[in-house]
Amino acid sequence: MLGYFIRRLLAAIPVMLVVALSVFLLLRLSPGDPAVIIAGDMASAEQVASIRAALGLDQPIYTQFFIWIGNMLQGDFGTSLISQTSVLSMITQRLEPTISLAIAAIVFTVLISVPLGVIAAWRQGSWIDNLVMSISVVGFSVPVFVIGYVLIQVFAIELGWLPVQGYRSLENGVGEFARRLVLPALTLSSVYIALIARMTRASMLEVLKEDYIRTARAKGLGERLILFRHALRNAGVPILTVIGTGFALMVSGVVVTESVFNIPGLGRLIVDAVLARDYPVIQALILLTAGLYVVINLLIDLSYAITDPRIRY
Amino acid sequence: MSTQDPVLHVDALVVETTDKTPKQILKAVSFEIHAGETLCLVGESGSGKSVSSLTTLGLLPPGSLRATSGRVLLDGEDLLQATPKRLIELRGSRMAMIFQEPMTALNPVLTVGKQLDEVLACHTQASGAERRAQVLDALEQVHLPDIQRMYTSYPHQLSGGQRQRIMIAMALLLKPRLLIADEPTTALDVTTQHQILKLIRELQEKHGTAVLFITHDMGVVVDIADRVCVMNTGVIVEQGPVNQVLSSPREAYTRRLLTAVPSLTPRPPRPERGPRRVLDVAELAKEYGVSKRLFNGWRKPRTGTRAVNDVSFHLLEGRTLGIVGESGSGKSTLARCVMRLIDPTGGTIRINGQDIADLHPRGLKPHRGRIQMVFQDPYRSLNPRITIGQSLIEGPMNYGKPRREALAQAEELLQLVGLPPDAIDRFPHQFSGGQRQRIAIARALAMEPDVIVADEAVSALDVSVQAQVLALFDDIQKRLGVSILFITHDLRVAAQICDDVLVMQRGQVVEYGPAQQVLGHPQASYTRQLIAVAPGRSWNFAAFAPAS
Repeated sequence: MLGYFIRRLLAAIPVMLVVALSVFLLLRLSPGDPAVIIAGDMASAEQVASIRAALGLDQPIYTQFFIWIGNMLQGDFGTSLISQTSVLSMITQRLEPTISLAIAAIVFTVLISVPLGVIAAWRQGSWIDNLVMSISVVGFSVPVFVIGYVLIQVFAIELGWLPVQGYRSLENGVGEFARRLVLPALTLSSVYIALIARMTRASMLEVLKEDYIRTARAKGLGERLILFRHALRNAGVPILTVIGTGFALMVSGVVVTESVFNIPGLGRLIVDAVLARDYPVIQALILLTAGLYVVINLLIDLSYAITDPRIRY
Repeated sequence: MSTQDPVLHVDALVVETTDKTPKQILKAVSFEIHAGETLCLVGESGSGKSVSSLTTLGLLPPGSLRATSGRVLLDGEDLLQATPKRLIELRGSRMAMIFQEPMTALNPVLTVGKQLDEVLACHTQASGAERRAQVLDALEQVHLPDIQRMYTSYPHQLSGGQRQRIMIAMALLLKPRLLIADEPTTALDVTTQHQILKLIRELQEKHGTAVLFITHDMGVVVDIADRVCVMNTGVIVEQGPVNQVLSSPREAYTRRLLTAVPSLTPRPPRPERGPRRVLDVAELAKEYGVSKRLFNGWRKPRTGTRAVNDVSFHLLEGRTLGIVGESGSGKSTLARCVMRLIDPTGGTIRINGQDIADLHPRGLKPHRGRIQMVFQDPYRSLNPRITIGQSLIEGPMNYGKPRREALAQAEELLQLVGLPPDAIDRFPHQFSGGQRQRIAIARALAMEPDVIVADEAVSALDVSVQAQVLALFDDIQKRLGVSILFITHDLRVAAQICDDVLVMQRGQVVEYGPAQQVLGHPQASYTRQLIAVAPGRSWNFAAFAPAS
């Protein structure tokens, strides 16, 4: 298992290099010159040229690439072309809100969708099954921002149970941190709840037909044990896959939710950086996301071995 | 018979489908079983024997079948009237069941110990330590080796026989009054089957359990039954003590069932058609798991598993060679190598003199048509979405035959295998298992092969259907002169169809020669042992009398 883990980490190095190279080239090839943007509309050609020289943008592309890679290996992700602050610190500031949001959303997703899927499969064709499937259609089809605003209207404005917007760091106390996270996390999880409830139902329906479920019934086990101990673990592998990739997608796809709830996270950083052609920030963010995918995929594969003893690496 | 009340009394039980037009699956079935007695429920597929057992346990699939009248009394308590809660209490404690497929009947993600422990945790108040002791005792009683290790093992780490022992241990943990065994040995090798039957007998005598034993195998009936119920299409056609039913069956159906059991006495060999060796295999080997991976250069090379090791044989025109062995003996691997469905790691395979063992796919193509295969499970070997006609013409058209000719040939073939001509436009699900196997044979013949490889081609069929398909093989061989390589685990089948027999064990040839010699006067101790454990050897079914 440890050997497998190390081999997978080593295999991630070439993956990351290819990602780095393509990100770098893609951005250089796209139209728009950051020097022009920084200089503003009124600047002369000389001013633009001097800004370009100061930023190192006048060097050949491959030199720029190696300087960039070399710096990153030393932990220097560069400075933002716009704000002139370190990219690393920009990202770390924004990381906490986004990761908290994604984790909270995943927790909600699992707690809500898995039991729903299990019950729907258990009572296939009943009104509960139909209800769960209808909820999941709604979750899929209603846009995230609509769900966000509806939740705000109901729980924050009408009922006044939760704050409308904003983010409080964990340092300022768990209570406020959690209160402000509930609505955005629910909003973000809506699509995933729909998806994973369906996955769980389909996977459980397969497993409930298996012989060992009949064996479990024949030895006089109650339905709850049969569903959660015998069936769910066997249905787990596809569910885990979707949960894992869902988490990775959340971290890179929180833009709308963060905008609705005014949370200073990575999603908004990405949008701002792209609009301003802030190359160093964009590059670092894409690399971070790629790295996250690699790590999460590895974790998913390892979790298979935990749920299913037949899988050994 | 004992004068006490029966443990299980099924009285005029009717089970119907729950569609808008209900169909009766069981039509007023009645039987009873006393303590310490084994009742065999015998019948072919669709006779309703499994439905009887599932009704008893209250495990009929909800929404498709239900019991509409009659009574099922377990020690006088009517199970059809019992609440779901009461049924859960009774299952596992007073009545228990073992199933056909030990490979799938245990949960793959829980340890064996845990799965046994659950039964006690649900039905008793015993503490963890007591439960553990009881489980270990049960594992001991079914004669499993190294019970501490068994306790922490997962099902996939155990063999089929071991898993079935665990199922038996699980069923008998709480010493139930009634044990239902639904084809418990059908998926097992003869040697293992023999041991499991002995074990069920032994534990039954020890605990006085009433056993309802469901089987389609008359050989097994001879070995285990006290009394027999013969079922056909939801009706019990005949019941009585085992000797009486086997020696003087009253009903024509029972008679037919008994005479369809293939005899263990080998058939006389077919006359030789010519000296042409259509298939000549020499020193064939297949080794699995030899590490060839790019990044494993620094690891020490692993020695692989030799699934087939140094196997040589030949097949003459118009003859049938049987490859006999238990699971894991390498017979299916051998068949797949000969077909070049997998690549052998050594040796030669000559078809009409041409070695195909090392040919690359393109070079192989002209020879593929010379050798064709019929697979074990006709329910899975035909594509459900394409018509029989399309299945039959696909191969010949790949080899350049015009569609019209291929279709005309397909019609002839369907007639040859005894199917109506309109079968050509129908889909596989519209046919029974026996008919599907006929289609599979027609599909193989469509390529006009010299050799047909039949891999357990009659194992999934009922005895009466099995007899018909065996007769069909014999018939097409006579008419077309095709050679057959017949892979089987069943010595009775081998005795009925093979001219020569090759016995395999652990990838190697144990004995090879004419069927009359190998099966009639076996030399190797392994062959003798296989014959000794063949179920029902003590009975001559065709003569309705004990074997002399």
